Amino acid sequence: MLRTKRGGKWALIFGALVSLIAVVAVACGGDDDDAATPTAAGGSGTTPAATPTKAAADKLKDWYASLSGEVRVDGSSTVFPISQAVAEEFSKVARGVRANVALSGTGGGFEKFCRKEIQVSDASRPISQKEKDACAANGIAESDLVEIQVAIDALTVVVNPQNTWATCMTPAQLQKAFQADQGGTPIKWSDLDPKWPNETIQFFFPGSDSGTFDYFKEAIKLRGEKNNEPAHRATGPNATASEDDNVLVRGVEGNKNALGYFGFAYYLNEGRKLKAVAIDGGNGCVEPTFENALSGKYKPLSRPLFIYTTKQLLTERKDVLGFVKFYVDNMEELAADVGYVSLPKDLLAKQQEKVDPFLPAELK
Amino acid sequence: MSAASETGTPFTLKATGHVARRQRLSRMSRWVLFSATMLAVFVLVYLMQDVVRLGWERLSWDFLTSYPSRRPLDAGLRSSLLGWLWLMGAVIVMAVPLAIGSALFIEEFAPRNWFTELVRLNISNLAGVPSIIYGILGLAVFVRGFDLWGITLFPSLGPTILAGALTLTLMILPMTIIASVEAIRQVPPSIRDGSLALGATQWQTVWHHILPGAIPGIMTGVILAIARAAGETAALIMIGAFAFIAFDNTSLMQSFTTVPIQIYNWTTLPQEGFRVNAAAGIIVLMTLVVGLNLIAVVIREKFRRSW
Repeated sequence: MLRTKRGGKWALIFGALVSLIAVVAVACGGDDDDAATPTAAGGSGTTPAATPTKAAADKLKDWYASLSGEVRVDGSSTVFPISQAVAEEFSKVARGVRANVALSGTGGGFEKFCRKEIQVSDASRPISQKEKDACAANGIAESDLVEIQVAIDALTVVVNPQNTWATCMTPAQLQKAFQADQGGTPIKWSDLDPKWPNETIQFFFPGSDSGTFDYFKEAIKLRGEKNNEPAHRATGPNATASEDDNVLVRGVEGNKNALGYFGFAYYLNEGRKLKAVAIDGGNGCVEPTFENALSGKYKPLSRPLFIYTTKQLLTERKDVLGFVKFYVDNMEELAADVGYVSLPKDLLAKQQEKVDPFLPAELK
Repeated sequence: MSAASETGTPFTLKATGHVARRQRLSRMSRWVLFSATMLAVFVLVYLMQDVVRLGWERLSWDFLTSYPSRRPLDAGLRSSLLGWLWLMGAVIVMAVPLAIGSALFIEEFAPRNWFTELVRLNISNLAGVPSIIYGILGLAVFVRGFDLWGITLFPSLGPTILAGALTLTLMILPMTIIASVEAIRQVPPSIRDGSLALGATQWQTVWHHILPGAIPGIMTGVILAIARAAGETAALIMIGAFAFIAFDNTSLMQSFTTVPIQIYNWTTLPQEGFRVNAAAGIIVLMTLVVGLNLIAVVIREKFRRSW
C-alpha cells in the first residue's frame, strides 16, 4: 500500500514535468495552420517567379513540394544573410525539406563540408588548395566540387561633388584617414597627400554593427591592436556614423570636405549624386563600376561570394538539388534584398547552367 | 531621545561610549546589507523595465508562432521555442535520474574511502568549469563522434537536439549532484537508522524514507540547474545550434536552435526591428524560466515535511 502511494507521488512529479512540456508544445504547435497560411501567403507575393512559363513554374513548384530531407548549410557570415533569405523562402515552397543555415566562417564551413557534415558551404572566397586537399582526403575529389557564385560584396568610397582633388586614393591613404585619431587630432587632406588642400576631413561611415563597417575594417586593415593594426576611427566632432545610409549621403552631400563609404549596392541605387573615388590597389586607379567589381579588378573593396556543393550530392540528394536550384533561381532578387550586388544576367545564367543538368528530365 | 523627554517619560536609556559605538555599527551594518540586497533588486527591475518597454508591443501570438525571417516584423520564435522545449525535455529526462542516482550512490551506498573522496572532489571542481568547455567537449564527442584506436566509442550525432541535450546534461550534472547530496544529508540519521533497525533493506530505506525526505532539496537544485541550461548559449553555439531554422522539430535527431540563441542572433543584426524582437524574446524566456521555478516551488511545498 505504502509502495503504491509513493509510486503515485513519483508519477505525479514526472507527469507534471512532462505535461508542462506537452502543454506548451501543443500551445505552440496547435496553431500550425492558422499561423502558417498568412506567412506563406505573404511570402509568395515576394517570391520571384522562377521560370518564364506558367506551366514550367507550376511543375517546379510541385517538384519542390514533393521533396523531403534535411539540408544543412554552414560557413561564411557574409553569405549567411543570402542563404538565410533563400532558406526562408525555400521553406515556404518545399515544406518537406528542413533547410537550416548556420554560420561558422568560411574556413569552418569548408572544414565541415569536407567532413561531409553539411551539404552546402557558404564562402566569401574561393576554396583554397589546402581545403581541396582536405576534401580529397575524405573522398570529395576536386572535380566533384560545384562552385556557384551567388553575389558580390563591395563598397564605395565617396566624396563631395565639389571635391576636385581626391579622384583616386590608395588603401594606405584610406587606412591613414580612417584609423583612430591619435589623441583626438583631426586629420587634414594635406596629411594624405601634400598637394591636397590644408582642410580638415569630415568623416561619414556606417555604424559599427553593420557588415559594411566590418568589411571596410577588414579590407583596409583597421582591425585594431589585437591584429597589430590600427583601429577604425570612432565618432567625434569630425566623424559621423549612422546605420541609415541616407544620413551618410546627406552628410557627404552637404560638406565639401566629406569622406565616406557605404555598400556598393546602395551607391548604385541612391548614391549617384556623390562622387565615387577610384581605388589604386597597386595596378592603377580603378573606378568602382559594376564590371570592375565583378571582374575582381576593384580591389580590395570588392569580393565575390560563393556557395559550394558536390556533384555527388546534386545527383543523389533531391532535397539538396532542390535547395541549390531554388538558390540560383532566386539569388538575384534575394541578394539585392539583403544588400549585396546581384550578378549580371550572363553570369547568373552561367551559375544556373551548373545546376540544371542535374534536374529530373521533366523539369529541363 | 528628545521625543521621550517631551512626553514626560521619567528617564531615558541612552547608551554611551563603547555600547553606543557597537549599536551604531549594528544599525549601519543593517543599512549596508539592506542596500546590497536593494542593489541586486534594482538592477533586475531596471533591466526588466528596459526590456519590457522595448519588447512588450512586439509580443503576440504571431510572434510565438512564426518562423524566423530576414524581415523583423515577420520573424518569430516558433522554431527556437520548439527546439528549446525538445532540448529541455531531453535534458530533464536524462539529467534528473542520473543526478539523483549518483547522489544516492555517493551518499548512501559508496564506501567512504580515498576513491569516493576523489570522485566527490572532482564533481565539485566540474561544477566550476565554464560552459564553453562543455561545448567543446560536446562538439568533439557527441557532434563529431569519439573514436579511440579505431574503435567508435561514441557515434557521430551531428548538430542535433540529442547532442545538445547530452552536452547540457553533462554541464548541469555536477551542480545537480552536489545539490542532491546536500539534500540527502539533511535527512536526519535517526530516520535512516530507524528504518534499518526495523529490518528494511538499504534500498527500501532509500526509496521509502531518504528520497521522499530529500525531494524538496533535490528539486531546488534540479530547477536551478535546469534554469542555467535554459539560458545556455555559449555551449550550444559551439556545437552548431546557431542556425536559421524554418521547420518544426519532430525528433531528437534534427538540427535545432533555442530561444537564447535566437535572441543572441537578433541582437547581432543591425536593424532596429530585430532589437525589439530580442527584447520580446527575452520576455518570453524570462516567463518560461519563472514558470519552471514556480513548478519547483509547488513540488517543494507538496513534499515538505518536518521531523
